[in-house]
Amino acid sequence: MTVTPTRAVGTDFDRVEAAEKVTGTARYAYEHAPDRDTVYAVPVQSVIARGEVVNVDTDGALTLPGVIAAVWHGNAPRLGPADDPELALFQSRRVAYRGQLVAGVIAETLETAREAARRLRVEYAQEPHDVVLRVDHPKMYKPSKVNPAYPTDTEYGDPDAALEKAAVTVDLTYSTPAEHNNPMEPHATVAVWENDGLVVYDSNQGSSAVRDTLAGLFGLPPDAVRVIAPHVGGGFGSKGTPRPGVVLAALAAKVTGRAVKVTMTRQQMFALVGYRTPIIQRVRLGADEDGTLRAIVHDAFEQTSTVQEFAEQTTTPTRIMYAAPNRRTTHRLAPLDVPTPSWMRAPGECPGMFALESAMDELAIACGVDPIELRIRNEPETDPESGLPFSSRNLVACLREGAARFGWADRDPAPGVRREGRRLVGTGVAAATYPAYRLPSRATARAEPDGGFTVRIAAADIGTGARTALTQIAADALRTAPERVRVEVGDSALPTASLAGGSSGTASWGTAVVRACEALLRELDRYGGRRPQEAAADTTAEVEAAERLSRHAFGAQFAEVGVDVDTGEVRVSRLLGVFGVGRVINPKTARSQFIGGMTMGLGMALMEEGVMDVEFGDYLNHDFAQYHIPACADVPDIEVHWVDEVDDRLNPMGSKGIGEIGIVGTAAAVANAVHHATGVRVRDLPIRLDRLVG
Amino acid sequence: MDGTNLPETATITLDVNGVDHEITVDTRSSLLDVLREHLDLIGAKKGCDHGQCGACTVLVDGRRINACLQLAVALHGSSITTVEGLADGDGLHPIQRAFIEHDAFQCGYCTPGQLCSAVGVLAEAAAGWPSVVTQDLSATPALDGDEIRERMSGNLCRCGAYVNIVAAIGEVAE
Ligand code: FES
Ligand code: FES
Repeated sequence: MTVTPTRAVGTDFDRVEAAEKVTGTARYAYEHAPDRDTVYAVPVQSVIARGEVVNVDTDGALTLPGVIAAVWHGNAPRLGPADDPELALFQSRRVAYRGQLVAGVIAETLETAREAARRLRVEYAQEPHDVVLRVDHPKMYKPSKVNPAYPTDTEYGDPDAALEKAAVTVDLTYSTPAEHNNPMEPHATVAVWENDGLVVYDSNQGSSAVRDTLAGLFGLPPDAVRVIAPHVGGGFGSKGTPRPGVVLAALAAKVTGRAVKVTMTRQQMFALVGYRTPIIQRVRLGADEDGTLRAIVHDAFEQTSTVQEFAEQTTTPTRIMYAAPNRRTTHRLAPLDVPTPSWMRAPGECPGMFALESAMDELAIACGVDPIELRIRNEPETDPESGLPFSSRNLVACLREGAARFGWADRDPAPGVRREGRRLVGTGVAAATYPAYRLPSRATARAEPDGGFTVRIAAADIGTGARTALTQIAADALRTAPERVRVEVGDSALPTASLAGGSSGTASWGTAVVRACEALLRELDRYGGRRPQEAAADTTAEVEAAERLSRHAFGAQFAEVGVDVDTGEVRVSRLLGVFGVGRVINPKTARSQFIGGMTMGLGMALMEEGVMDVEFGDYLNHDFAQYHIPACADVPDIEVHWVDEVDDRLNPMGSKGIGEIGIVGTAAAVANAVHHATGVRVRDLPIRLDRLVG
Repeated sequence: MDGTNLPETATITLDVNGVDHEITVDTRSSLLDVLREHLDLIGAKKGCDHGQCGACTVLVDGRRINACLQLAVALHGSSITTVEGLADGDGLHPIQRAFIEHDAFQCGYCTPGQLCSAVGVLAEAAAGWPSVVTQDLSATPALDGDEIRERMSGNLCRCGAYVNIVAAIGEVAE
């Protein structure tokens, strides 16, 4: 293990691109115009949920001056095979969900393209659709694995017998609705074909992966495709895999021979960029009188589309959270005529821990044990299913630290008894966890003639502060000041890197950057410090050789709410999160990420809900007027801390990912606080007024 | 649209960040699209195009508006300040400095709108405009946390930077 003298890492740093972002000069995907003749493509969506496109009458569109082309199945070029059938754009007449792309119109101006799209006449052969998720859906099946590669079900001991025998049991069903990522920057692409190659400016969470996908679809060698994404306006998973828009841009550019811009509208995003599947979860816990768990059973029922299987790993956190000799976790899916669900911040942990941590609160009440004490009592020595040691685990420290900071000791557990004016007040706690993944990546480091250093890696900074964190990491590895290091990310022409996903970015890219910097120092040594020098690293072997351990971040979430006694309006007055995440690279930006995750968790608790329109088969409330995300006035002062955690079995930095754990557990802490305030247990998110009143 | 199917255009003048522009616009064009697609002023962002997110907030004659909801043709003769016009040469506006200091953004996509909105809020409070949470309607409102949160609620931030945005604006308001 390399020990780098820590100077920049662990210190507050402003984002390296901060000045660009506050002056409006940071250019996002749609804001690139490769040439003056750049034109506009507008996507056209299906208005049926299942059936076929019989014909598209393009005459009304094409006669408009300024319209260049209309593309659909009838005239689109054939594409190569796509791993994700959502990307086989216009390759079939089939319509698998309402909102699926059926055509694209390209025109000289955005206004004309929109008008032309409106004039397309799409003729369908409609079939009855099936869009409602139920536990007893006849198509419910067991997938062969859940994302990304976990077993679908696990079982240890005899959970049914243990539940039967347990002194205290709870058997509870929770539901979470469809939730939509909604990054503020809609997915956008500008595509242009140059010298038989394809260049796209694209809003994504990983340019290397988009490059490989486009190369496959258009039958090009990967190095004939370049994907540029210097600034990305958030993704939260929805930009983790290429979406149909990038294919539309590349197709439209091919058909017209022009540079083409495409963006999803906010409304279109609700069908086209993935969302968190609605999930129904049953949690059964069996415990001794003192709360010691004897059995844990967690079953999840989810939807996927008929286009592609997407199996959310909802119950996976239950596999590592608490000790119990008898345990089972399962996942079942129903393929419906709905848009394909996809990655959304902390897939698995976020919805799974809402159910588990609500159930733990209910068990605490059933046993008459303090909910923090209950969790401490069931703390496992080693990973309860795999038996592997934890690389580090500080859940108990987070709970204790949080309890002290939040003022938990004085809490009266009785529900519904604290009234302040028109409000009933309560507090709640929940645990959080998220895996510490690391993926292979490459990087180069170069000592420039002027004494500075350039580090290159096709990482993505989607607002995480990756560019800044990597600058700090590189500076320490090079034993220089961060000001002398320039980190280039967001371009597939840079060394291939893993996605900004699974909170794995800093661990994966940081390892590659450290190794490249170490190699560069050796080169400089060898050549007596002569510049320029360059060195490269590929971490595939290192990542694959890592010892088998259970690597996870943990945390504790605390919430205080006030509930209006007449209207049922819930206001969160305090949120506190305490996390154990290894070494924190940049405390300033880390704090922002935790707060951001907790803010999204507050939205999950109280407002976010994609409502399925059963009649028409799509998400009805597909804009910000109807799908509510937290606004400034919804969010109280949020407090964040982390415990000292030294873990040298993760990566050279000793860091765990922090982008997702902030959303995990927040909704349960809020729901538990609502119960403490009112005595009403809401098991179906979001905690709407009508679920509290009446 | 008339029978010829030609876009209707109009020539207008706009003062944008102190620079006069005479431009011919499609009468269907929003101010936001004219700024972004014609003047290459890409600071103002498009988050929804429907007046629901505030990413496109700019100042028109000193007042904050959603540029996606304004037809450019209706703004002939107006003076517009976008985020590109907030800094004074190389010197950042105090609100821009405070946003960096407090890390009041992550992805930065909502940020230009937040900044223009914040400048609007500071001016509105200084001019004595109350908000729904203002207790004393006769006094000049003091921009405490509640006032800032209320007045900034037209600018959504999915990265969840609100806590830091409120701190940044609070510091400048002092
Ligand atoms: S883009 Fe104008 S309010 Fe959203
Ligand atoms: S900083 Fe990303 S949306 Fe506000």
